[in-house]
Amino acid sequence: MSVTFALLGLLENGPRHGYDLKRTYDDTFGRDRALHYGQVYSTMARLLKNGLVEVESEPGDGPERKRYAITHAGITDVAEWIGRPEKPEPYLQSTLYTKVVLALMTGRDADEVLDSQRAEHLRMMRELTRRKTDGDLADELICDHALFHLEADLRWLELTAARLDRLAARVRP
Amino acid sequence: MTEQPLLVAEGLHLHFGETKALDDASLHIWPGEVVALMGPSGSGKSTLLHCLAGILQPDSGRVAYHGRDLTAMSDSERSALRRGEFGFVFQFGQLVPELTCVENVALPLRLSGTGRREAHRTATDWLERLEVGDVAGKRPGQVSGGQGQRVAVARALVSRPRVVFADEPTGALDSLNGELVMKLFITAARDTGAAVVLVTHEARVAAYSDREAVVRDGRVREQEHAR
Amino acid sequence: MTGRGRLRRWIFELGLGARMSVAGGRAGWARLTLIAAGTGVGVALLLCLAALPAALEASGDRESARTEAVDSEREVPRGDGTMLIGIATTTFHDDAIHGRMLQPEGSRPPVPPGVTALPKPGEMLVSPALRRLIEDNPVLGRRWEARIVGTIGDDGLTGPADLAFYLGTDTLTEDTGRRIEAFGHSYTEEGVSPVMLLLTAVGMVVLLTPVMVFMASAVRFGGEARDKRLAALRLVGSDAGMTRRIAAGETLAGAVLGLLVGTVLAAGAALLAHRYATGPLSFYLSDMRPVPVLAALIALGVPAVAVLVTLSAMRRVVVEPLGVVRLSTTVRRRLWWRLILPVAGIALLWPLTNGLGEGPGSGATEFQAAAGVALLLIGLALLLPWLVDAVVHRLGGGGVAWELAVRRLQLDSGTAVRAVSGIAVSVAGVIAVQGLVSAIETQVTGSGGTPAAVARQQVLPQTDLPVGTWTTALRETPGVQTVETVRIARAGRDGSEVTVRIGSCAALEGYAALPGCTDGDAFAVNVATTGVFTVEGGGQWTAPASTRDVVPTDSLLDYGPLLLLTPAAAADAFPAGEARYTLTLDGRTPNALEQLRNTAARMDPQALVYGAGNDAVASALRTIRQGLLAGTIAMLVLIGASMVVNVAEQMRERRRVLAVLVAFGTRRRTMSGSVLLQAAVPVLLGMTLAIGFGSGLAAILMAAVQAPVTVDWFGIGTTSGMAALVVLGTTAAALPTLLRLTRPGNLRSE
Ligand SMILES: Nc1ncnc2c1ncn2[C@@H]1O[C@H](COP(=O)(O)OP(=O)(O)OP(=O)(O)O)[C@@H](O)[C@H]1O
Ligand SMILES: [Mg+2]
Repeated sequence: MSVTFALLGLLENGPRHGYDLKRTYDDTFGRDRALHYGQVYSTMARLLKNGLVEVESEPGDGPERKRYAITHAGITDVAEWIGRPEKPEPYLQSTLYTKVVLALMTGRDADEVLDSQRAEHLRMMRELTRRKTDGDLADELICDHALFHLEADLRWLELTAARLDRLAARVRP
Repeated sequence: MTEQPLLVAEGLHLHFGETKALDDASLHIWPGEVVALMGPSGSGKSTLLHCLAGILQPDSGRVAYHGRDLTAMSDSERSALRRGEFGFVFQFGQLVPELTCVENVALPLRLSGTGRREAHRTATDWLERLEVGDVAGKRPGQVSGGQGQRVAVARALVSRPRVVFADEPTGALDSLNGELVMKLFITAARDTGAAVVLVTHEARVAAYSDREAVVRDGRVREQEHAR
Repeated sequence: MTGRGRLRRWIFELGLGARMSVAGGRAGWARLTLIAAGTGVGVALLLCLAALPAALEASGDRESARTEAVDSEREVPRGDGTMLIGIATTTFHDDAIHGRMLQPEGSRPPVPPGVTALPKPGEMLVSPALRRLIEDNPVLGRRWEARIVGTIGDDGLTGPADLAFYLGTDTLTEDTGRRIEAFGHSYTEEGVSPVMLLLTAVGMVVLLTPVMVFMASAVRFGGEARDKRLAALRLVGSDAGMTRRIAAGETLAGAVLGLLVGTVLAAGAALLAHRYATGPLSFYLSDMRPVPVLAALIALGVPAVAVLVTLSAMRRVVVEPLGVVRLSTTVRRRLWWRLILPVAGIALLWPLTNGLGEGPGSGATEFQAAAGVALLLIGLALLLPWLVDAVVHRLGGGGVAWELAVRRLQLDSGTAVRAVSGIAVSVAGVIAVQGLVSAIETQVTGSGGTPAAVARQQVLPQTDLPVGTWTTALRETPGVQTVETVRIARAGRDGSEVTVRIGSCAALEGYAALPGCTDGDAFAVNVATTGVFTVEGGGQWTAPASTRDVVPTDSLLDYGPLLLLTPAAAADAFPAGEARYTLTLDGRTPNALEQLRNTAARMDPQALVYGAGNDAVASALRTIRQGLLAGTIAMLVLIGASMVVNVAEQMRERRRVLAVLVAFGTRRRTMSGSVLLQAAVPVLLGMTLAIGFGSGLAAILMAAVQAPVTVDWFGIGTTSGMAALVVLGTTAAALPTLLRLTRPGNLRSE
């Protein structure tokens, strides 16, 4: 799930308190849906269990005093997730956006994200195009519907790519 | 894999004054495949296409067709290669305005020395194949954009080239027209076994390709050849 | 809309057009410059012609003012206010020098204009031009034994290059000089030969017509781009009137600029004429005032014609703007109205083929000829587009280069033809005039123009000096080989006067072709070879039986009956009267002729030295020919330049197509070939039409001056060859642009 990787990715630039993590997430991705504290802590607990983050405790115990830091395994997982193209389907924006922003924030190659996603989309579109060319009118209409949606996604991707520089300037700490 | 790439570009560099249009670009085109060149505007797609076709000379690097280095050829040798082995489709305004459509299509054949009558017969066949047989006698100024583009496709394929270079062939058309042109174009190209290098912004057009290569800042990210 | 509002709108639209003419960046300015230069040259020429009448009149007025008032009806008695003058006009190389000997007879002698104090004996006054000539040529300075004591003022000279002098003397007598009371003589214009008038009129038209045609095509430079622009305006909603006014504004900008350029050029030409012109075309700056009516006509007419030409060319833009933008339909040209002018021209010229008639030109005939020639030449310019259109639509087949060129011309031949029509009109005109000139030349020179005749000179003294004195002086002159004395006497026969020339066989040979001659022979020209002649001054002379009839040399034709006698044949029947001397000169001695003239002038300033042959006419023809040639060359250069621009502009418009053709692997050869053919086809047709019209015109004109009708292949060859050279040079000059345009950068969509 993208929230997990988003939180994990946000730790790459340095350890954070849970509260801090939530605020950063809300600022960067949570445009219309802020995270609950509970969700942050449960996610962190899961990640802690899987060995993807570790806790640096500070004097004066208490839940607020816990600082989470990413482990090597965590970094590898984030990289793997960012680099893996999503299965092309409509309404991917939020996930793709998260990936691009995280890639920029963590100094990864955001172009790469776009290119591999485009390749994935095109693979699917080629399949649809082939089906459309070989099939009957009903096939053609159905395929065209899917093709236009996929194209819309890709368009948006292109646009994002074209604006990467501006985006980078905004999200980079 | 015994088959060799038909057209190979390696380490192409090209500057226009301060602008670095190509920066270590490499690309392989295999016989009969359709490759989409994508990438943001100004990234060097057209420039790469022109280098591959021997229209532009790169500052450095090598373009080999069938193992022959284009960059080492004389201008007239390259012209002869373009006449005999390559075909071209551009975005618009490529038809010679004073010639009729059938004369436009016959032009590559005539340039290679085919007789007028024979060239016109072949050209008429090709116009029919691209479903624009009815505009044969009209001048480009008198036909629609989609028709004109199909005439241009017919002209690109009429001499049975091994590679067709197409720079945004549907760029000036609406989506329906664009689809039609692409369908006819790619079908005809596959029938003749020509490889196609297709520069496009549109994913739906690129979807007619076998694979894509992305140009970014003068560099190419090439997808693996599937075969 | 109120009148004021409409006016403002109109001004706005004209201004918009003017702005649009320069909006095309460098190309726009280049076009405007070209239009201005083209019309400017035309305007300058027109202004110079408009200034010519006044200038000629002013210089003619001064000429009459300094001419002595001689009244042949009345004997002027000697008085305090009289003066004896002698005509001392002489020649230096080919330039005539106006000269008078002045000998006052009282205390209030008349003074010629430009002179404040009369020169005393042994002194002379010279014009500034003559002073310079003497300084440059000391041999001329030795002609008069007089000191130069001053210069003649401007109001005593015809122009700055006028060569003139006044020589003070005291040797004139009533026999050798003429008595006058005043200077200033209004002499009735002596008739210019009709042939020369015709030549002048036709030459003028031949020079002017291409200028007109050129100006008409100059205002259409870059027309194609402008048509597209205006069609686009039309498509976004400007109405027909607006479109026309915008176009008119565009043209007006160029034409007005052309007027300015033309005025500057004309002023420059006036300055040059003031400083460098010689002969009858040397004028003072103050003489060069264009006739106000003509100047106004030029100032208003040139822009008006420019606008008219533009508007007539705009039909297509106004009627089918879409066709212009999409380069689709073409309007076929119609023939009938283009035939009106040439047919009218021929109708005017045809009556002339019966000859011009005798006597001085009346003016009407020349006007008719000039109008006919002008109509014919303008008709040629009108006919050419139709011809190119008609021929090009029948052309087909051929290689790719040929096909591309022909198709291009079929779609739009206007630009190509416009560049050519000027050339064609020039060539036709020049062929006609050159044909005419060479026909007249053969008539004048005839077949008897032997080189020896050039070296043969005659000296006619005005004062009675002993024959011995003359012959000694002449023999001592360097370069003189032989001196023969010819005595002149008069005789009467059947009531008509016969001139008698007595001299040795060698001397007489200068007057006629003698079939063998020994002392004792007699020859007759236009008079009976037998019988008795009454000798003037008493006595009789009987023609010997051996007297033969002979044909005189051309220059003596007009002298009437003539007897040529050897001394033995003359016996002593004739009194010792006037004598003249026939000399042969050694062509190798430098300045032999000038030395001879010096000797003659020093013996007798009034002595006339002249050579055989009709020099005056021949040199006039030569001048006309040279002027024509120079004018033509200038015209061709200008047209060539305009053609470069035309071709370059056309190629700029087509750069995308050219780049696509290169992408397709079109050979450079094919592309250059198509550009060349595209230029060459109209030129070829234009030349054909020009040669046809030109030789036809020449034939008519030859018939008019009653010269044998011949075809001057040499002239045709050189003229059309020159034109072809212009086209070749043009294309060669444009080819680098072509190669530059085919660079793939032009494949990029704009
Ligand atoms: N003839 C030229 N002169 C100067 N610069 C050029 C020329 N041709 C290309 N360039 C520059 O080289 C770069 C690459 O241009 P190119 O036309 O190849 O881009 P492209 O990828 O085809 O863009 P588009 O998708 O907009 O057509 C651009 O920055 C362009 O400005
Ligand atoms: Mg491009």
